[in-house]
Amino acid sequence: MMENIIHDYLRPKKSFPHVWCPGCGDGIVLNAMVRAIHSLGKSKDEVVFVSGIGCSSRAPAYTDFSSLHGIHGRALPFATGIKLANPKLTVVVFSGDGDALAIGGNHFIHACRRNIDITVVVINNNIYGMTGGQASPTMPTGAYGATAPYGNLDRPFDVCKLAAAAGANYVARATAFQFFQLEKCIKEGIEKKGFSVIEAVTPCPSLYSFFNNTGRGVDMLKKLRDRAVTTQKAATLSPAELEDKIVTGVFANENFREYCAGYAELVEKAERSKKNEESL
Amino acid sequence: MEKSKTFLFVKKNWCKKCGICVEFCPKGVFKLGKDGYPEIVALDKCVECKLCISLCPDFAIFSNPEKKKDYEDR
Ligand code: SF4
Ligand code: SF4
Repeated sequence: MMENIIHDYLRPKKSFPHVWCPGCGDGIVLNAMVRAIHSLGKSKDEVVFVSGIGCSSRAPAYTDFSSLHGIHGRALPFATGIKLANPKLTVVVFSGDGDALAIGGNHFIHACRRNIDITVVVINNNIYGMTGGQASPTMPTGAYGATAPYGNLDRPFDVCKLAAAAGANYVARATAFQFFQLEKCIKEGIEKKGFSVIEAVTPCPSLYSFFNNTGRGVDMLKKLRDRAVTTQKAATLSPAELEDKIVTGVFANENFREYCAGYAELVEKAERSKKNEESL
Repeated sequence: MEKSKTFLFVKKNWCKKCGICVEFCPKGVFKLGKDGYPEIVALDKCVECKLCISLCPDFAIFSNPEKKKDYEDR
């Protein structure tokens, strides 16, 4: 019998259906994350699920892990504190494109730089869904939003390039349609010692679709399916052919020193030098 | 060993009629019903690829009768 594992992880007293719109990708990404954790055999108490503010940031409220639903853009500082205080915990963060890259943009790059052993899933729907459809830092140039009635002037961030350049140990991207790949990436991210960023490209069938006429969730998932190419395939395509594509796969898999390990070494060093001073 | 029987159930009060299961099941197990909810019409064709229970954004598809019972009154 195949198991829909998520039914073992839903918070007992929480009422369902959840708040996300019909066809929204957030539920799919949450399901993939839960399966990744389940496959690693971690208990619910070993995992702390942290988020900031936004549609996707409501995820920790629905699952029965230790959880913290924090403030806008500040999921990573909270998560950093939790991990440093108790490095044995597995800390997973859900953050939207606005939460991670605009409001929390600085926290994001510096968490990558520190390379602390946290896994952040950036749920990228290219728009501020909860607050009315404003242009987010990943909205494509020319796309429409509440703050971009004549088309977005800005260029979007490439989440993966940003994270890799800032020093994260593990960086990967998958679309919500590529469920099993997404699950695998999240699993690898959690297993990886160091900071892991998994960009999950998701549909927003409500506001993004309202401003850009992209249809229902089903239509947007089909589009994601058709636009996704692997890194290997992308290497054979010209820039023109790549224009509308979403390159998926692993973009960084490094072994830079992890922050908690570095911190433990530093404490030891400080204690040694203190002892030396005392013996003088 | 005998293959265990596939069980699938759509919990209507969680389902938001997005149609994802109907669209992406490779075997046509679901059909859109008149009321807009998916109906399971060809369970015998299911190959247990897990796509429906994975892509349903609302966790509304149950594949274990026991679990379905646990959530009966929710
Ligand atoms: S498990 Fe696969 S074949 Fe079976 S109903 Fe779900 S999507 Fe269809
Ligand atoms: S995928 Fe889930 S929510 Fe969407 S129609 Fe099917 S059962 Fe309902």
